[in-house]
Amino acid sequence: MADIPKEFEYLPQGVLSRVKGEAPASKLKAVLGKVSEEFNNMQVSPGESVGLVAAESIGEPSTQMTLNTFHFAGVAEMNITMGLPRIIEVLDGRKNITTPMMDIYLEKPYSQGQDIKKIALSIKETLLRDVASEITINLADSRIEVIPDDAKLAEIGMTKPGVVSALKGQIKGVSVDLRKEFISFRLKKKEEGVNAIFKMKEKIKTLVIKGVKGISQVLPVKRGNEFIIITAGTNLKKILQMPMVDVTRTVSNDIFEIEAVLGIEAARQAIINEVYKVIENQGLNVDIRHMMLVADTMCNSGVIRGITRYGTVKEKVSVLARASFETPIKHLIDASLHGETDYLNSVVENVMINQPVPVGTGMVKLAMKEEQKK
Amino acid sequence: MTDVYLSGKYLGTVDEPQKFADALIQSRRAGQLSANVNVYYDREIDAVNVESLKGRLRRPLIVVKDGQPLLTADHIKRLQRNEMSWSDLIKQGVVEYLDAAEEENAYVAFFKRELTRQHTHLDIAPLAMFGLTTSLVPFTNYNSAQKVNTGSKNQKQAIGFYAANFPVRMDMDVNLLHYPQIPLVKTIMHDIVDYAKHPAGQNLVVAVMSYKGYNMEDAVVINRGSIECGLGRGSYYRPMVAEELRYSGGLVDEISVPEKDIKGYRSEHDYRFLEDDGIVYPEAQVAEGDVVIGKTSPPRFLSGMEEYSLSAETRRESSSAMQHGEAGVVDTVILTENAEGNRLIQVKLRDDRTPEVGDKFTSRHGQKGVIGLIVPHADMPFSASGIVPDILFSPHGIPTRMTMAHLIELVAGKTGALSGRYVDGSVFDSESEADIRKELLRLGFSDNGLETMYNGETGEAFSVRIYVGSIYYLRLKHMVANKIHSRARGPIQLLTRQPTEGRAKEGGLRLGEMEKDTFVAHGSSMLLKERFDSDKTTVPVCDNCGLIAVYDEYKKRAYCMVCSESETSFVELSYSFKLILDELKNLCIYPKLKLVNKY
Repeated sequence: MADIPKEFEYLPQGVLSRVKGEAPASKLKAVLGKVSEEFNNMQVSPGESVGLVAAESIGEPSTQMTLNTFHFAGVAEMNITMGLPRIIEVLDGRKNITTPMMDIYLEKPYSQGQDIKKIALSIKETLLRDVASEITINLADSRIEVIPDDAKLAEIGMTKPGVVSALKGQIKGVSVDLRKEFISFRLKKKEEGVNAIFKMKEKIKTLVIKGVKGISQVLPVKRGNEFIIITAGTNLKKILQMPMVDVTRTVSNDIFEIEAVLGIEAARQAIINEVYKVIENQGLNVDIRHMMLVADTMCNSGVIRGITRYGTVKEKVSVLARASFETPIKHLIDASLHGETDYLNSVVENVMINQPVPVGTGMVKLAMKEEQKK
Repeated sequence: MTDVYLSGKYLGTVDEPQKFADALIQSRRAGQLSANVNVYYDREIDAVNVESLKGRLRRPLIVVKDGQPLLTADHIKRLQRNEMSWSDLIKQGVVEYLDAAEEENAYVAFFKRELTRQHTHLDIAPLAMFGLTTSLVPFTNYNSAQKVNTGSKNQKQAIGFYAANFPVRMDMDVNLLHYPQIPLVKTIMHDIVDYAKHPAGQNLVVAVMSYKGYNMEDAVVINRGSIECGLGRGSYYRPMVAEELRYSGGLVDEISVPEKDIKGYRSEHDYRFLEDDGIVYPEAQVAEGDVVIGKTSPPRFLSGMEEYSLSAETRRESSSAMQHGEAGVVDTVILTENAEGNRLIQVKLRDDRTPEVGDKFTSRHGQKGVIGLIVPHADMPFSASGIVPDILFSPHGIPTRMTMAHLIELVAGKTGALSGRYVDGSVFDSESEADIRKELLRLGFSDNGLETMYNGETGEAFSVRIYVGSIYYLRLKHMVANKIHSRARGPIQLLTRQPTEGRAKEGGLRLGEMEKDTFVAHGSSMLLKERFDSDKTTVPVCDNCGLIAVYDEYKKRAYCMVCSESETSFVELSYSFKLILDELKNLCIYPKLKLVNKY
């Protein structure tokens, strides 16, 4: 950006490149002057209480939200928590969300509907117990015999040898063989007792023979002019490894999973998206920058912290500020045990002792140079 | 085979369920079964339910046989002559109560003229579907259901002639309307409940028009001349009670004019209305602070120094006095005793409640509003015949609320007033609007209720014709005089030193947590500090230990109770914060204040 005058270099790169692309070179300086003026006007003034305004701006519309869950029209048992419960879930940073789900976008030929049902079915998790007609323990031979249901196998398009190869290597120390009538599971260590066989039986039931672990339901739908797959249950890591999946757009609504797979910046964006989705869905109008601020405070330590007394509030420096938010006595006693000092630097403490709060007019202080005596 | 259930419990089966149910009903009508039993044959699930338990909502209906009601003209005649009673009708099976379930099997005619051979029952009157107060709303069937509800609720709050023996009653917080009237537009319920003996409203001349914006947002403009003639005038009664309690040790309260040497003696001026027995005389005009019943109580704690001091016998002042903002006239004084045999003094206070700006009025259709302006009689609009309305009602209250009955009552009331008769407005059974309008036309008025009216201030005719007529208006018990409240300076709480809360304690309006947030959001820190300065205090703080020190008023010196010889500095903080520090000390937490110079 050599031709940008030095006084305008502080402007964001995106703004500069747009001005450079659209304004004629002769008027570049004049346009930049206007842009810079506008840019400065749009900035938040020093001392503006952005945090409180963000909190109220999200909190007040939330009181008007209807406490309902959103239903997928015509599809049985697929409803997602929306509305206030969902916002609370996201902002609290809950690890186990009530309805984990994914929107899987696909690469070109598949996104137009090619093999869409097949792909969807291949993602859906099928457990061994779903296809077994009988699971018996043969104590004489100290093995477990699983008799698959041929009709159910055909339904998901699998064969018995296919099932066996899918099962192989899933549990350690067990050999899997296909016999004439059944699939046999045998412990490799012969000396293991009967108890081990019973334990193995429980493990065997939940073995995944097909699909991606964790995805309990799939639903191919048309969104816009392409087909996507909506799932109940998430497994972002496995799904993103699939070749037909459009990695750039596929999302999960589990923020902690996004953090684990894609990192904290992705999680921050996911928080913004999830909160904004609910607010938009309810027909409310909240500036996205409020959500961005909230997401930033939740993520700035590198891990996701919910806005709870165990999360962001715990990180507050001031003892009085922490005590003013839930379980005061616990915080006060902990503070006294550690001999903490409260420097009274933020809002709540100063309200409590009735001193000017350090925002707005309370931030300004008078500095005066003492006259030197000659 | 049909199952039979008695009160929800399986009993057995019958082969012909319809016949079985009919037989049960017949025996009930014949008096062989209790009238409280109801039978319901459910064809869908093929079961007969016999109900006899309490808690079922039931309503009376006239039994119909072969298209003819069993209630005959002869019955009615005998009823009128008091030779028969309601319970006789039930015993004879002429009238029976059906519950919600048995109603499913019944075919009920609304009016006698609608009866066919298929009908099993006849409604006694359409009015029977409503409750008492709802039945008092005229032309109910022309109103939206919601407004019928609010209309009937409002009537319960109306002030009127609530009891004929009011002079000898000691009611808490009651109002009395001085000039109640019988409504011109009535329903049969008004006759049934003898409404004429305890009316609760007045027939007012209403003009539907706006007036300088003073009747916007449901307000009404009222004619001062009408108020001076008695519109809505009333009295407010409030009792004051004092009891001579007995305490342990043979000590008793004493109702008397307190001696000057007692603890908490007010001032001679405050006791000036008391007679020798320590009670006010009737018709005394008492105001704020005046003692109504003088009373002294024995000292609360007989311990410590008081026991030995000369003033040990000192009694406490515990008189009943007029509270802040209260005034009135002593109406009645009653001397009696309560259940424990203690002497009991009851004083009934009366105060005028002349309508003023802010008092609430309503018609019987949920069209409530407060007075926005009281206009001199001379400035009110008037009609060609010289009629000056009592109330100006804004037309904007009509479209969204759809209270058509309010408009019909206006014309009906006008017709009734002009022809000198009562108009029947019973639900579904009222006089027809067309007839009322025809009658109004015959009386020489426009049949649509419109009249040319003139501006009271300029005398010019309004360019539109105004809808005027008579509506029965109710004055509601919510009055400004009982609710007005303001505070600049006033009492504070002992514990927190913050201002008291609530009207009774002359309190302020709390600037709460959320209100605080608005100040922070605006960045107005200094204003916020000023608002929270209500419990500001200056305390000395020890420079050494950081605890709050004490100030010795005699030596004019502050010293620390812990360090004694250390320096102290004065700090300005809210008293509630000082309390928090004290509470922390109670938790065995040492809150040390490290002082830094602010400048």
